[in-house]
Amino acid sequence: MYSASDLRKGLKIEIDGEPHLVVDFQFSKPGKGQALYKCKLKNVKTGAQFEKTYRSVEKIGKPDLRDKDMSYSYPDGINYVFIDPNTYDQVIVDADVVGDMKNFLEEDMNCKVLFHNDTPLEITLPNFVEKTIEETEPGAKGDTATNVTKPAKIENGYELRVPLFINIGDTVRVDTRTGEYTDRVSKG
Amino acid sequence: MPNTDRRKGMLELRSRLTWAVRRFFHLAGYLEIDTPVRVPTPAMELYINAEPSGEGFLRTSPELHMKRLLAAGHEKIFQIGPCFRAGEAGTHHRPEFTLLEWYRTGTDAAGILEETKALLHFVAGELHLREKDLSAWEILEVAEAFEHHAGWNPLRDFDADRFDQDLVDKIEPALSREHPVVLQHYPAERGALARLKPADPRVAERWELYLDGLEIANAYSELTDTDEQRRRFASWGRERALMGKEVYDLDEDFLAALPHMPEAGGIALGMDRLTMFFCDTDDIHDVIAF
Repeated sequence: MYSASDLRKGLKIEIDGEPHLVVDFQFSKPGKGQALYKCKLKNVKTGAQFEKTYRSVEKIGKPDLRDKDMSYSYPDGINYVFIDPNTYDQVIVDADVVGDMKNFLEEDMNCKVLFHNDTPLEITLPNFVEKTIEETEPGAKGDTATNVTKPAKIENGYELRVPLFINIGDTVRVDTRTGEYTDRVSKG
Repeated sequence: MPNTDRRKGMLELRSRLTWAVRRFFHLAGYLEIDTPVRVPTPAMELYINAEPSGEGFLRTSPELHMKRLLAAGHEKIFQIGPCFRAGEAGTHHRPEFTLLEWYRTGTDAAGILEETKALLHFVAGELHLREKDLSAWEILEVAEAFEHHAGWNPLRDFDADRFDQDLVDKIEPALSREHPVVLQHYPAERGALARLKPADPRVAERWELYLDGLEIANAYSELTDTDEQRRRFASWGRERALMGKEVYDLDEDFLAALPHMPEAGGIALGMDRLTMFFCDTDDIHDVIAF
């Protein structure tokens, strides 16, 4: 169990068996009154946000969370199969847990899977992945400006903004946390 | 503006603000005094916890020593200095912070309110911060604010947990950011060291000032009844024991002086938060050098 004084932005707590993230936090103490801990909480599974104020005497559930290194294997229908590289145990991760990360998954990619009571809750990919551009307008020769962008697509159809000098066949680096282009790795 | 310049500007404003406050009180005939920072025993309050220091504690406020000076015959006294409260940390709290306290005999909470208005007008003028609207003060009754925003009257059925929670969740967010707001006439249970209204003992003669929705100051018609004071300390001690908190020894020097203390008004005002108001920042760490 956590006590109210453990609360801080970024902490994950458990309410009614569900994991919640403390999105925002404010210590509060009305004059001559007791300490209060105002939290903005987000249900990690449903994304629902709400506010809750805890008193200093309250005990707060501590979720059973474990991070595991796993490698991505293959898509199984709408879901995704990951493998524990040490035990070869397979885990099926729901499509809504993978979310937009599906655009960047590659076979044998080393990922982190966060489990809540043995159920996958979140996956974390390497911060950067390299992707080949499949579709974009031809690049303007000699235009090396990076602040003017155009749309482009990578192999699975994911669309992102790239600088004008990028051409079909170029390999670019994409930040998986933002889904945005960072730089060019090599020319096609 | 780069962040370092912004910080530098805030610390400069803080220095001028402190100077202006001192000037106001010296011009008004107040005596600036210093009382011990390390004390044998702190003032017993329900929810204020003191940091141990040596054989004693760091003061949580200079209140009891300043009242002993009133009992010794001083009529107008003020002090600006550090106070310490264990476990109070956040964007609006620091365990070490600076309080301005002043006391005046022959007046009450209402008299202190007029003086507080005069102080803020004076310092805003000295700092040339005339864009801060300090002309209209909104005076709200605690009972009315609770009935309006929380749907119950804490003077009728006081509930400590509900009172604190609704104050933070419902009342404070509803207070005006446009002009100063005073919440006055707290339930007796939240009277702390304030006198109860002779005509209505459910109500304490206590008010709190809010600027930009943030609590800045706490004022009383001071309690001078020694028996009543002793009863309150004892009851807070019992409640602290039930909550598993340290029960402090009674400050017998203060209790011995209290029968000699004349009627008075007094106030504690957070200098860090007042600086925040004039600097337009919501983070107390911006206005403290280290």
